[in-house]
Amino acid sequence: MSGARDAILGSIRGGLGRGALPAETQAELAERVAAHRRNLVPARAVSLDRAARVDLFQSMAEEVQTSVARVSSPEDVAAEVARYLAAENLPAELVMAPDPGLDDLGWESRPMLRIRRDKAEGDDAVSLTPCLAAVAETGTLMLVSGADTPTTLNFLPDTHIVVVRADQIVASYEDGWDRARAREAWPRTVNFITGPSRTGDIEQRIQLGAHGPRRLHVVLIGDG
Amino acid sequence: MEPTSHAFIANARAGLANPTLQSALGLARTGFPLKRAQAIERLPEFEALRDEGKAIKDHTLAHLDYYLELYEKNVTAAGGRVHWCRDAAEARAAVLEICRSVDAKTVTKGKSMIAEECGLNEHLEANGITPVETDLGEYIIQLRHEPPSHIIAPAIHLMKEQVADSFRAAHTDLPADRPLTEVQVMCEEARTVLRPRFLAADVGITGGNFLIAETGSSIIVTNEGNGDLTQTLPRIHIVMASIEKVVPTLEDAATLLRLLARSATGQEFSSYTTVSTGPRRADDLDGPEQYHVILLDNGRSKLLGNEFREMLRCLKCAACMNHCPVYVAVGGHAYGWVYPGPMGSVLTPALVGLAEAGHLPNASTLCGRCESVCPVKIPLPKLLRHWRERQIAENLAPKAMRRGLSLWGYVASRPVLYHRLTGIAARVLGWAGNRRGRFRSLPLAGGWTQVRDMPAPEGRTFHELWAARNKR
Repeated sequence: MSGARDAILGSIRGGLGRGALPAETQAELAERVAAHRRNLVPARAVSLDRAARVDLFQSMAEEVQTSVARVSSPEDVAAEVARYLAAENLPAELVMAPDPGLDDLGWESRPMLRIRRDKAEGDDAVSLTPCLAAVAETGTLMLVSGADTPTTLNFLPDTHIVVVRADQIVASYEDGWDRARAREAWPRTVNFITGPSRTGDIEQRIQLGAHGPRRLHVVLIGDG
Repeated sequence: MEPTSHAFIANARAGLANPTLQSALGLARTGFPLKRAQAIERLPEFEALRDEGKAIKDHTLAHLDYYLELYEKNVTAAGGRVHWCRDAAEARAAVLEICRSVDAKTVTKGKSMIAEECGLNEHLEANGITPVETDLGEYIIQLRHEPPSHIIAPAIHLMKEQVADSFRAAHTDLPADRPLTEVQVMCEEARTVLRPRFLAADVGITGGNFLIAETGSSIIVTNEGNGDLTQTLPRIHIVMASIEKVVPTLEDAATLLRLLARSATGQEFSSYTTVSTGPRRADDLDGPEQYHVILLDNGRSKLLGNEFREMLRCLKCAACMNHCPVYVAVGGHAYGWVYPGPMGSVLTPALVGLAEAGHLPNASTLCGRCESVCPVKIPLPKLLRHWRERQIAENLAPKAMRRGLSLWGYVASRPVLYHRLTGIAARVLGWAGNRRGRFRSLPLAGGWTQVRDMPAPEGRTFHELWAARNKR
């Protein structure tokens, strides 16, 4: 369909009243793109110190019905997960991202937890994943897809548990982009997740658990 | 979708007389504006962000050819493919060809206004492929064979009782006597019915809120997570987006995302903002094997060169319709095509022609609320007036209106004549209306006096009073 491509680009240039851009302008635009210049970033989270930023993340997340539990060290995560599942009356069974960063979270202390390391299937009830970053500004989790972090874990199960280290909490989406760019390769999917799935499509009454998870639980390690 | 915008007046009357629609719109009238106001209250930088959002879009539009070529280059580099489509027919054909290449039986769809614009569902059905809408609102109206009445809340014209009726009629394998009075139960039923459809689909089609030139990514914003299941589970992910959706960088997208959710639903951020770049990587455990982008022009490139260019900044947030006194009175179906409210009244004539959609630019009081809430400061009233001017210039306005306006133009551009005639009119009307102070009916003004009284003039014109005052 190169005919359509040329026609559309031609029509755009005709509308703009010019031909193709001169090389000089193209170089300027390439520079603008490469600079990753930030526009105005709201002061809300940027102005805070680390501990206050972690607190802001928690309060913004809780505002959109993400539950947050804090633990002091990585080995305490398994106990918190077991406690959460029991409290929510969920089976002690979960599918967990194959990410090696989740290996040493005290699982040996909870031998009753049945854990599979894989992508999610349609009937998995609970998933557990890491995140790349968490954005304090709006209580948003930032997850990327990869061999160790399949995307289906974030959407198919009814309950999604995310492990967040306090040093992963950044101020803004822009900070998140920087972390994603620092990775070796750009991922197929970047998911910004702010609370559990919801809909207001019937009479604008908000219901949780439209198609994605009904519950989103963050286990937050450390306090910044 | 075939437009019925020419029937706006009859459609609007029907809407005003429809009690269910009026109850549903009653909920919309208060809900959206209140939530938006609260969200903006919490973000002191919101006004400054509006200026930045406008500047980003203006910069991109001025260099749209460059950014689209860069975008395509990066989509291709990530293993995806861009299909340039001049019009709806080319877009439908491109989607069908992709679906046929894998012998697709069912296609799940996240919400896409571009797919609505192209009439994609009808085309797929006619070719033996079943499209399944997965956004709850879109699913409901698909069951009812209705078009969306709002660009972010497609079933906003319905009350829950109608949804329950539609579910009973469609989900016949569920017990007929099941209770369906609670919204929560209906959401649960839709989730249960749609989950196997997600898992079985061969192709998933989503829209695109933003296309990122820098990375060749598409971004969708949803609350339900349906767009994510739609694009992650099937073998093929197709994105449908129009050319003006491209922005240079992820930083630019971040700024526009801050504006979008607050303007649309009053949320700080929607539940899911998803950036997709190409198909699954070699060692990924899930995700689509193919990634296609349907890049649609459909008349938009022409707008770059005329007085409607600013319309291409639109983020499709729906704040303009949520705040429009006409939209919330008559509902979205009255507008007769895909895009209702103020943004639709500007866009529809551009895309389907002024002859079809000529009523829409006139279906506005030009009160200016739409412009005041637009996250990218589109001067909607000004653009509506441009269409009205074109209607006169192209002889598309009704004959009586054209005659009236040319008579008015003749008088108004001759001050002596104007002052004399208005002086006479003020005296005659002042004398005739003296007793009551108002008129219940007036010749040639039936349209006004049918529903309200016309106040009688005091007997002298403003100019006369002003001149008398300055003499003192």
